[in-house]
Amino acid sequence: MLSLNNVEVVYDGVILVLKGVSITVGQGTITTLLGANGAGKTTTLKAISGVLRSERGEVTKGAVELNGRRIDGMQAFDVTRLGLAQVFEGRRVFEHLTTEENLVAGGHIRPDMREVRETIELVYGYFPRLRERRYQQSGYLSGGEQQMLAIGRALMSRPKVILLDEPSLGLAPMLVEEIFGIVRKLVQNENLTVLLVEQNATLALEIADHGYVMENGRIVLEGSAAKLRDNADIKEFYLGLNEVGSRKSYRDVKHYKRRKRWLS
Amino acid sequence: MEWEFTLLLLVNGILIGLMYALIALGFVLVYKATDAINFAQGEFVMSAGIIAAVVVAASTSFFLGVVVALAAMVLFSFLLERVMLRPLLGRPIVAVIMATIGLAALLRGLLPLVFGAGTRPISLPEFIGEEPIALGPVMLQPVQLVGAGVSILFLAGFSWFFLKSRMGIAMRAVADNQQVAMAMGINVERYFALAWAMAGIVSALGGVVWGSMLGVDVHLALVGLKVFPVVILGGLDSIIGAVVGGLIIGIVENLAAGYIDPYVGGGTKDFAPYVVMIIALMIRPYGIFGKRKIERV
Repeated sequence: MLSLNNVEVVYDGVILVLKGVSITVGQGTITTLLGANGAGKTTTLKAISGVLRSERGEVTKGAVELNGRRIDGMQAFDVTRLGLAQVFEGRRVFEHLTTEENLVAGGHIRPDMREVRETIELVYGYFPRLRERRYQQSGYLSGGEQQMLAIGRALMSRPKVILLDEPSLGLAPMLVEEIFGIVRKLVQNENLTVLLVEQNATLALEIADHGYVMENGRIVLEGSAAKLRDNADIKEFYLGLNEVGSRKSYRDVKHYKRRKRWLS
Repeated sequence: MEWEFTLLLLVNGILIGLMYALIALGFVLVYKATDAINFAQGEFVMSAGIIAAVVVAASTSFFLGVVVALAAMVLFSFLLERVMLRPLLGRPIVAVIMATIGLAALLRGLLPLVFGAGTRPISLPEFIGEEPIALGPVMLQPVQLVGAGVSILFLAGFSWFFLKSRMGIAMRAVADNQQVAMAMGINVERYFALAWAMAGIVSALGGVVWGSMLGVDVHLALVGLKVFPVVILGGLDSIIGAVVGGLIIGIVENLAAGYIDPYVGGGTKDFAPYVVMIIALMIRPYGIFGKRKIERV
């Protein structure tokens, strides 16, 4: 469905951010991309969607393919037309537009207004809370509602692939559960494919089918979600558990030694 | 007699105010869509006025003059966006501001150089006439009525565009967040060009309307300066703000000229709007209808 092959991204012509990243996202699955701050997760998503260029970033090596078509080097608005949507980190709703106007803007690429109306109804079906807020300025929605709107807005273009960037950011655990539940439902009902970037590894590995771990612009670990959940390193560094499975104590840290193994 | 005088000033202020609103609209359109402050708005109006005056004089057809001015300004705005503003995309906003200031100086020098610096009239078609129209005790200039009418038409049209049409919504989305808009499949650069083209249209209309009232020369660009009190009062990014701001400034200007001028010997018309602007900046810096920065706590 979506694949990155040895992708290298350079910002500003000199700063090497991604150093040969290869990721494959299978049709109808949820794939998660884990990693610490600054590992290059968001950059990976931006390299796929093509908004990288507006930040003076550039894919200098490798290829990004969507359904067998090269999309690196394409403009973001053209990539959208091929059936890819991105939900940005920190929600980024159009604050001065109402909820419904946000959705209309999300369906920009679809010429038939009747279809857009239908999709808006579909979105309201998944997120009833948005219907209640439809005429409100979206900047004043709560964080959870904004996240729902951001996902709903991405659905408006009827994409086949959605890139989800940290949907749990700054939300209460209960809301996060709710949103993740809806995402799972969306994947099943709407035949979506999702690439999910998360800091919350526990949650991400619960919902995902497959996972990648990134560090310093490289993929350092890959496997099925179940396998990653059982991986000792993942447990220690991302799930906060030690080998026995109990909570980790700070007494036996020294984990930098193990961490080093992934680099080089 | 006294209330009739006041009424005259008010009506005049409203008509002039609507014409200010038309020019302010050009400014608002660009700011709304691209976040760029166009300091050359007055020079746009002047350029359109000069072009219209030249064509009208040469062809004796008023409408040809209007059409040529419209076409020229749209073309010019397109080119401007392509050549000057697109390379500045993503640069600090000050860069764009400086570029438009430079452009203003360029236009103010270049156009008189090419077409001559003398004051030209734009003669209106005959059916509009020169005779003032009496509305009760108030005598109205036909030019002003036409100008106000054109303003109302376009202000209403653009309001509808932004609030109801999909292109308008997309344009507001672009103004809100370019990167996200791009990811929604919106061709951001095309919308920038569109915003500038629309600014070109209203500038051309403004140039014709103001030019036929005041005559066309370099000083027509000064009308553009009045845009600042109007948009700061009304809100930089609000069409309705441009209307209300224009009306208030028009009325304030006329009342000042009517009531304060006799005591100080004239000239208050020119600075009264700026006094209002400074007061507006002190109590409501984002304007009456401007969008506030939304802060969530």
